[in-house]
Amino acid sequence: MNTKNIEKQFQILRTLLAIAIATAVAFIIIYFIDDNPTATIKEFVLGPLQSRRKIGNIITNMTPMLFVGTGVCLIFSANQTNMAVEGGFFVGAMLASVAATMIKLPTPLHIPLCLMAGGVAGAAATAIPTFLFVKYNAKPVVSSIMVNNMCLYVGLFVINHLIRDPGAGFLASYKFAETSRFPEMVKGTGVHYGILVGIVVLIVGYLYLNKSKAGYEIRTVGRNVDFARYSGIHVSRVITKAQLLGGFLAGMGGAVEVLGMYKRFQYQALTNHGFDGIMIGIMASYNPKMLPLAALFLAYIRVGADCMQRNSNVPVELANIMISVIVIMIVAESFLYKMKHRRIVAAAGKELAGKEAA
Amino acid sequence: MELNILSMEHITKVYSNGFVANKDINFSVHEGEIHALVGENGAGKSTLMKMLFGTEKPDQGRILLHGQEIHIDNPTVAISHGIGMVHQHFMLVPSLSVADNLVVGMEPKKNGLYDIAKAKEIAKEAADKYNFHIDPNARIRDLSVGQKQKVEILKALVRGAKILILDEPTAVLTPQETKELFIELKQLKSLGYTVIFISHKLNEVKELCDRITILRGGRMISVEEIAGITELDISRKMVGRDVRLDIEKKPAVAKQTILKVSHVNKVNNLGKQVLNDVSFCIPGGVILGIAGVEGNGQSEISEIISGMERTFDGEVEVNGRNIRNMSVRQLRENGVAHISEDRMTYGIVGDGSISENIISDRYYKKEFQKGLLMNQKKIDDLVTDLIEKFGIKCDGKDQPARMLSGGNMQKVVAAREFTNNADLIIANQPTRGIDVGASMFLRNKLVELRDLGAAILLISADLSEVMEVSDRLIVMSGGMISAYFEDASQVTEEEMGLYMLGLKQMSPGEIKGVSN
Amino acid sequence: MDKIFAAIFTPAFLFSVIRVSTPLILGSMAALICNRGGMLHIAFEGIMLSAAFFGMLTSALTQNVFLGILGAIGGGLLISMLLGYFSLVLNSNRTLTGIALNTFSSAGTVFALYLLVQDKGTSSSLPSLTVSNLQLPVIKDIPVLGTILSGHNALTYLAFLVVFLTYIIIFRTALGLQIRTVGENPDAAASVGINVMRIRFITLGISAVVASLAGAYMSMGYLSWFSRDMMAGRGFMSIAAQNLGAALPLPSLLASLAFGAVTALANVLQTLNMPSEIIQAMPYVATLFGLGIFGFSGQRSQHRQARSILASAKQKGSEEE
Repeated sequence: MNTKNIEKQFQILRTLLAIAIATAVAFIIIYFIDDNPTATIKEFVLGPLQSRRKIGNIITNMTPMLFVGTGVCLIFSANQTNMAVEGGFFVGAMLASVAATMIKLPTPLHIPLCLMAGGVAGAAATAIPTFLFVKYNAKPVVSSIMVNNMCLYVGLFVINHLIRDPGAGFLASYKFAETSRFPEMVKGTGVHYGILVGIVVLIVGYLYLNKSKAGYEIRTVGRNVDFARYSGIHVSRVITKAQLLGGFLAGMGGAVEVLGMYKRFQYQALTNHGFDGIMIGIMASYNPKMLPLAALFLAYIRVGADCMQRNSNVPVELANIMISVIVIMIVAESFLYKMKHRRIVAAAGKELAGKEAA
Repeated sequence: MELNILSMEHITKVYSNGFVANKDINFSVHEGEIHALVGENGAGKSTLMKMLFGTEKPDQGRILLHGQEIHIDNPTVAISHGIGMVHQHFMLVPSLSVADNLVVGMEPKKNGLYDIAKAKEIAKEAADKYNFHIDPNARIRDLSVGQKQKVEILKALVRGAKILILDEPTAVLTPQETKELFIELKQLKSLGYTVIFISHKLNEVKELCDRITILRGGRMISVEEIAGITELDISRKMVGRDVRLDIEKKPAVAKQTILKVSHVNKVNNLGKQVLNDVSFCIPGGVILGIAGVEGNGQSEISEIISGMERTFDGEVEVNGRNIRNMSVRQLRENGVAHISEDRMTYGIVGDGSISENIISDRYYKKEFQKGLLMNQKKIDDLVTDLIEKFGIKCDGKDQPARMLSGGNMQKVVAAREFTNNADLIIANQPTRGIDVGASMFLRNKLVELRDLGAAILLISADLSEVMEVSDRLIVMSGGMISAYFEDASQVTEEEMGLYMLGLKQMSPGEIKGVSN
Repeated sequence: MDKIFAAIFTPAFLFSVIRVSTPLILGSMAALICNRGGMLHIAFEGIMLSAAFFGMLTSALTQNVFLGILGAIGGGLLISMLLGYFSLVLNSNRTLTGIALNTFSSAGTVFALYLLVQDKGTSSSLPSLTVSNLQLPVIKDIPVLGTILSGHNALTYLAFLVVFLTYIIIFRTALGLQIRTVGENPDAAASVGINVMRIRFITLGISAVVASLAGAYMSMGYLSWFSRDMMAGRGFMSIAAQNLGAALPLPSLLASLAFGAVTALANVLQTLNMPSEIIQAMPYVATLFGLGIFGFSGQRSQHRQARSILASAKQKGSEEE
């Protein structure tokens, strides 16, 4: 009896169950509010596959998620609920925009510079709750939300006062230098080379978290901080590292998104990419290996909901409703299952021990 | 006074892992007596009392109150029958007042609001009635341990308890507080209350109690009048090896000193002196056992030597180096390994795989790196090898450690701690709660390591284990070393009992030998 | 600089401080109740948002302000009881469930809004009602004080009343004693026969009612419509205010007013040509300072407890010598 396989199977089963239930709920909602539910549902489910551009949208939706999601995997694997990846994404996009408009460099240097700038800004965002935790024991849950709001205004401040283009018809920065933008990878789809960087980040993130000694420390600290300390691990250093790296990746995601999808910085509000990353991170059990599936799922239903919204009365927010329901159930199921399973196996183990003792 | 106001007949309790906690025990108390329930750790006292208080149910047997059979399903039922328990870990709310804690759950009301004045009145009346000196207004967090205990007792009395169970009440008290407690208990007795006093401190039992029930190994050994029995008798009945382990070992060959503990003193954060001028040495190639009833300083000394506790007076040296300012990693690199008594918290990471558990002390070393990542093949080979060598029954090295049985979990801990070339191994209750097979394996492994030159500190409440595995033996009682035996095999159980229970204390001259 | 001082030390400014602080006052009381009950969570944002939406909707449908408030409470309880069910009954992680519920509430309210008015921005096309402002009879005529204290929304006055009620409920009723016991030592509560689960649900319920009033205030008082994500982090700020106030009613009220003052100050500064973004960031920065420097960890101060135990132990030690 290979328990590891059974556990994995169970995990997949329960996630699929959550998805199935959430999908059913969504369909029921559509049925009740739409005049032509069958057509609308069809649009939702099959819409993303209808054209090359739409399939491209799935990929472009996924791209930033890979960055933020991997960052979330690092942070949450250390058992830190630092949600400043949302603000980090935003300021990452901002600083990358600054580097893209104010600096002149050839492409092979310019793009990496912009990505670095984004990363640094993102790390700065997640650094604040980390600092408050390590120094003042203030749990990151609330402080990270405050940081998010702060990041919005700091980001807008910089854009509006440093690189705002008065010639543009709306609130936006100057155009990014051509050398700083990701070129289109597949013609007519909007898919840009950022996805390749994202895949690299994902793989590196996976290797880092699961195969390196730093990743081992992060996961061990997250699972049992007392055990980690007792084994000689320097806990506060590990927690800080995880959160800074996570923020860095989130910021980089912001950079990739603006430089790949837009010609200027034109965000007016926080973009929700951070929370997308948190949702898919939870769905993936903070394992970068499972992240692409979760990201693909969220990206797919986003695009599907968008298709649906264009052709019917059903708003695109249905996708977020679905994902939040899924997460609620996954989080609940995991504990319920763990408890049940632990009991079952403990009983089996004790049975065995009892036989040995007798 | 009613004889046998409370009776437990033929009580048997077997835990789900097969451990027999109580076997066919008969226990009864008379009204208005203070009845001592004694036994070593693991003898079954706590379990028996849990059944009286409703937190456990007997597998066999019955409980009679006033001659009628009762079923105690939960603490509320116990309280309704007049049985009150004063736990070792107080069930109090620190930020609330004494009065609040006393009346919570049965709050007096006035005009729909909580009548604080009445609560204080109730508290004051109760305190006066039983002659406890407690200020009803005081916040629990501002009280001393002794005062908190009084509040716990009052809590039970105020809810109508006629039979009070006190579980090792003096373990946390200073001598002065213990005196006060005894005065109060005798007072309660004179008012007709019945007290069950769980303890292993025989001098206290002799001073306070009327009768005594002795448990050993889950069985009731005897019931006596205190007047007619000496501490020596009690000790003989309480302390004994039930099992011969027959450990095969060659005589120890002492090498140079590895561990040196000098004049260690510690006062815990409740003001109690938990370690009192403790000094001893362990040379390589020797197993030094620390025997004693739990709670007499063994945990504290173990935490200090393993680097988990930094607040203490005195010096500890390993391989000649003072460990005071070393980090845990530095300590480990200096050759210290530690089997913690709290397996689930410190010993293993439950959600981690067996492999991840085994490498937690060496994952960072160069030999396990391959470029930027860890050398998974080398780790896998090591872990597979250790799983085989240590006979860990599992579904492969990737199985989460929490799924293993207790014995196999401890083997995982051992597979880690015993294989990093440690010069000093601290084994704190290494075989507690695990099966016979794994226990034997671990004990033999300790002897093996000792033969390879390691110094072993074995702390165990299991008398057989500590007497037969150790080469040299010290006994701790009340935070002090009460005895030192250079040859553990020459000691009798009787002697052990006397020193363990604080009935006898060697002179400094006799103990000196352990510090060389 | 002078202009700033001139603007602050006016009755009008203090009036605006009170006005702006209202949702924080209510929110901090809600967080306080949960904290005392050992159930502090981060779903207040979602609870308030849901309350704001359902309050607006119910008042529009029934054309009755009071029913609107009840509708708001219903909306808030919906989210709160979901949190309770999943975290208490199904034993899931309260924080992660809270995050998901906040998302659910945000998306759900915009979804419903769009279905109603085909607009994702605001509900201003709906005939929703607002709670009226009250002119306090005698007070309004007092020179300076009158300007500051009179003319506020009824919910603002209710907020101050709620502070008092919170004090009464938590510290002066038997239920409050049980809530505090369950919050600090659930084992102690169980040992005297208290149903811990029941008390926890009651705690969540009472807290949700109070938080709902904050939501109702936003869409039926401060503004007269519902707009997406209109709580703008006030749910989280309430938690921070309660941290700063050490989970005590009066200090938490003062902390809420302090945060409100920063927001009001930001509004003043906006008219004085300071960069609007920095101004808008000010309340959040202030909260961060509050969390770090004055607030201890989210739960109640354990430093104080440890210190006092040590102190009494030392005292005992010296007595015995």
